[in-house]
Amino acid sequence: MTELLQHIVNAFILGSTYALLGIGLTLIFGIMRVVNFAHGELYSFGAYFVYLVAALLGLNFFVALLAAIVAGCLLGALLELVLLRPMRAADIDTTMLVMIGAMIVMQNGEQFVWGGVAKSVTTPFPELPLVIGPFSVSWLSLFVLCAALLLIALSYLLVNRTKLGKAMRATFQDRDAASLMGVNIQFIYMATFAIGSSLAAAAGALLGPVYVISPQMGNLASLKAFAIVILGGLGSIGGATIGGFMLALAEEFGAGYISSGYRDAMGFLIIIGVLLFRPTGLFARVERIG
Amino acid sequence: MSRLVPWIALIVFATIPLWLQDPYLLNAFITTGIFIIAAMSLNLLLGYTGQLSLGHVAFFGIGAYTSALVSLGFNVELIGGLRVVHEPWPVWSGFVIGTLVAALCGYVVGKLSFKVRGAYFVIVTISFAEVVRLVALNWVELTQGPLALTSIPPMTLGLPGVGFFDFYSKQSNYYLVLAVLVICYVIIRRLVYSRIGRAMVALKENESLAVSVGIDVTRYLVLAAVFSAGVAGASGSLYAHYLKIIDPDVFAFLYTVTMVIMVITGGKGTLAGPIVGGLIFGFVPVVARSFAAPEVQWILYGLFMILIVFMLPQGIVPAVEKWFSGLGARPQAEVKSQVTMRDTL
Repeated sequence: MTELLQHIVNAFILGSTYALLGIGLTLIFGIMRVVNFAHGELYSFGAYFVYLVAALLGLNFFVALLAAIVAGCLLGALLELVLLRPMRAADIDTTMLVMIGAMIVMQNGEQFVWGGVAKSVTTPFPELPLVIGPFSVSWLSLFVLCAALLLIALSYLLVNRTKLGKAMRATFQDRDAASLMGVNIQFIYMATFAIGSSLAAAAGALLGPVYVISPQMGNLASLKAFAIVILGGLGSIGGATIGGFMLALAEEFGAGYISSGYRDAMGFLIIIGVLLFRPTGLFARVERIG
Repeated sequence: MSRLVPWIALIVFATIPLWLQDPYLLNAFITTGIFIIAAMSLNLLLGYTGQLSLGHVAFFGIGAYTSALVSLGFNVELIGGLRVVHEPWPVWSGFVIGTLVAALCGYVVGKLSFKVRGAYFVIVTISFAEVVRLVALNWVELTQGPLALTSIPPMTLGLPGVGFFDFYSKQSNYYLVLAVLVICYVIIRRLVYSRIGRAMVALKENESLAVSVGIDVTRYLVLAAVFSAGVAGASGSLYAHYLKIIDPDVFAFLYTVTMVIMVITGGKGTLAGPIVGGLIFGFVPVVARSFAAPEVQWILYGLFMILIVFMLPQGIVPAVEKWFSGLGARPQAEVKSQVTMRDTL
């Protein structure tokens, strides 16, 4: 029983960062129709950026987090400008290949710059975990959970309460109609990709100090983000949030009760299962099979 | 003239081991040939039916593991204490069974995943490959997991009345790969120019229209997946018996990417495309490794991939064909090819 609850607690913390990854991707995939294979690399970019600022430059950990989020945003805007804008007319497979190329370049760039040895970041939080009754949670994890929930809330407000968000939703529903109503589609695409990228970088920046940072950490992150998006339905922030927590629960239980080797298989089994039996996602409102 | 090109290419490639003695380059030719076979199989799906499968390496790996396990033998306990013991079988039977098992997986995956299209199809196929990779990594009793399957025997072939061959040397492996490549080329060519191939192209061009003229979409897509997976499995089997060692890394996503980029570079939907693209991408690492570290090689590879998609989205073979037809300024050539196409309808 304690073990079960401890798994749930762990899943909650992991799930909050998964939700960030998923929200970023669901915006990009939903609005731009780009299968962003570089999403996981933006995640590891965020983690390395925190390492750069906090461990190498010696600045405050919280400053490093903010810097990583801003840097992810800028990198996303740059990627959009250089790689995706010229390919606007191309079909989804073509942009997918471009993003795979970007993924290969970014991952090996990290390997080249930082080397293959995993890095770790020291944080200002106490080493001793917080013990409440039978469970223990580290202070860092608790902070990760709170920060992630804050970012989820912010992105929800951004999409649902601001003018930019309204334009994004309009573009998601009907690009041409939105364009006719005076929405600057090029800007919306760039903003979407930048926001999605900064959320991925934030997830990496938060989760990086919890585990270790290595060039391979982004490998599965893109696919996990897809699992979350598929689970939650396209373009839905709420769906991606729930999807993130569900994936984390499935992984925690899979690792805890089946075998730790199959931990990462859970996401893929979810993808296969959902797409085959309920292809519109569990919470989708929109028809989505193209 | 253009009809002679495949024969000339075949003659050139058949003579390579006669003058090329360098084992490293010969090895590069053999692995390139194996990947060209895999890329040809992918081209059948990507180029002719228009479905991008990014899990193609699963069939390659399944062929490799099945073939290796059939020829090595295994002893595993299934759920419920049921023990399956398999004595080693001749290697050629591993090749056949590996091909068939991969084709069967292609059938199952095709049946299930062609319910979705586009990006969702891509993601289902990747997920399938990743699940298979994790099984290969974790089912240690069967696959040895990360310790790899080692001392896989080389391919052997006993032909009644001709003799018994084992493919141990690089030269013999080269000819084995070349022979399989030619057979796969001929099979795919026959398939593509048949009624089935035209149905596939029709699906790619306009699925709704194809359905309206009575083409059974799922049936043809699954058929393409079965052939494609079978050929990929055959290439995986060649790979296993050539390298004599395989580990779960044969399921690496980058192998699928390599196959895809070979097809795109050469020209998807052309018979020669995977061969041209395969030769280029098979030898890029050979050239690049003389001056660059592995990471830099991969960075160049990724940049090259982006450049190809930007500059030559249709691939090299169609571009060259266009250039030739423009050079000759013979519009009737095009008309003629259309007529011959119609003859076979």
